[in-house]
Amino acid sequence: MERTTVDLWVGVFVALGVAAMFGLALKVGNLTSSNLGETYKVTAAFENIGGLKPRAPVKSAGVVIGRVDNIVFDPKDYEAKVTLKIDKRYQFPTDTFANIYTAGLLGEQYVGLEAGGEEAQLKEGDKIQHTQDAVVLEKLISQFLYNKASENNKSDSTKAAE
Amino acid sequence: MLKKVNAVLSGLGHRMIEGVWRVGAAGRLFFYVWVYLFESLKRPRLIIREVYATGVLSLLIILVSAFFVGMVLGLQGYNTLQKYGSSEAIGVLVALALVRELGPVVTALLFAGRAGTAITAEIGLMKATEQLSAMEMMAVSPVARVIVPRFWSGVISMPILAALFSMVGVLGGYFVAVPIIGVDSGAFWSQMQASVDFYDDIVNGVIKSIVFGVVCTMIALFEGYDAPPTAEGVSRATTRTVVNSSLAVLGLDFILTAFMIH
Repeated sequence: MERTTVDLWVGVFVALGVAAMFGLALKVGNLTSSNLGETYKVTAAFENIGGLKPRAPVKSAGVVIGRVDNIVFDPKDYEAKVTLKIDKRYQFPTDTFANIYTAGLLGEQYVGLEAGGEEAQLKEGDKIQHTQDAVVLEKLISQFLYNKASENNKSDSTKAAE
Repeated sequence: MLKKVNAVLSGLGHRMIEGVWRVGAAGRLFFYVWVYLFESLKRPRLIIREVYATGVLSLLIILVSAFFVGMVLGLQGYNTLQKYGSSEAIGVLVALALVRELGPVVTALLFAGRAGTAITAEIGLMKATEQLSAMEMMAVSPVARVIVPRFWSGVISMPILAALFSMVGVLGGYFVAVPIIGVDSGAFWSQMQASVDFYDDIVNGVIKSIVFGVVCTMIALFEGYDAPPTAEGVSRATTRTVVNSSLAVLGLDFILTAFMIH
């Protein structure tokens, strides 16, 4: 088959297009950061997950070690069952603490793992026993206001008694 | 007075009938294209030559405008974001704007202007000089020989051009944000990677560009095929290609975005 310069140019064009797609996927998008290599899955139950979303990072000591795989509502216990995908290189004791934190005041929410002291380690499919829910800002504020209000009432009533 | 009203009404009716007629003709052409679509893949040489004409020759305008669009996004975005003290988010802004919207849409508009008009004028002139009739006389289907290779070339070129547009635009934004303004390079890329999702943003952008490629090429092909075989007819058809393609792209963009954002 005879080769022409047109073929060469079209080849270059298609190669450029493929390179741009790769560039978008790897440099602009999150395809690399979601590649964790080999992972194992553990679950954790929370009473309130706040704004946690699938694909949110799982961090320990601030380092990303995994991702939230999926979140389902468990109709038996009325809890959120969160599946975490954790890199196989990182092993955690069975009494690890799972907390939902917020990055900054308004940032995205992530799962923070704090290692415990047990010898035995979490395996594929295990459930993390100790969890702490997300902090819901509205709840916190209403609690604070309620306390303030009851304090004022108390001091008013003590004054009235005097 | 009555005569004038009559003229206006009959003109309106004539236009509407003309429009319906053209929609039907476009549907028929689309059907013929579908019939020959996979058969023409057996002759890749024809398609490669058309990819050169529509894709490779459009590279320069696409790359240059992408770089400038990216730079403008970087400047404008920085100007607003720094008021909220989050100038590092400029990478996110540039990348999302380009990958989701500007990449496919601006590429499609430029593509309609650069490649669509060329297709229309070429096919219109082929028709005016009776090359298409000559093919039919020789029992060569002009749809299979002329139309379908150009259709394939548009469908192949558009996603490639749109991906290049987005990538070069991001580089343009990087060029303004990092060396010129002085945003931290690591924050620029890491914030971008944290917020741009491969499937939700990039793949949806590619889907958009493929749809725009089909629509723009189809409009250009139909206008050329339908053009009156005169100098004036071809020139009007070329204008209509740009107008109709732009309207179709912008309208479809809204519909596609509405489907993609839940």
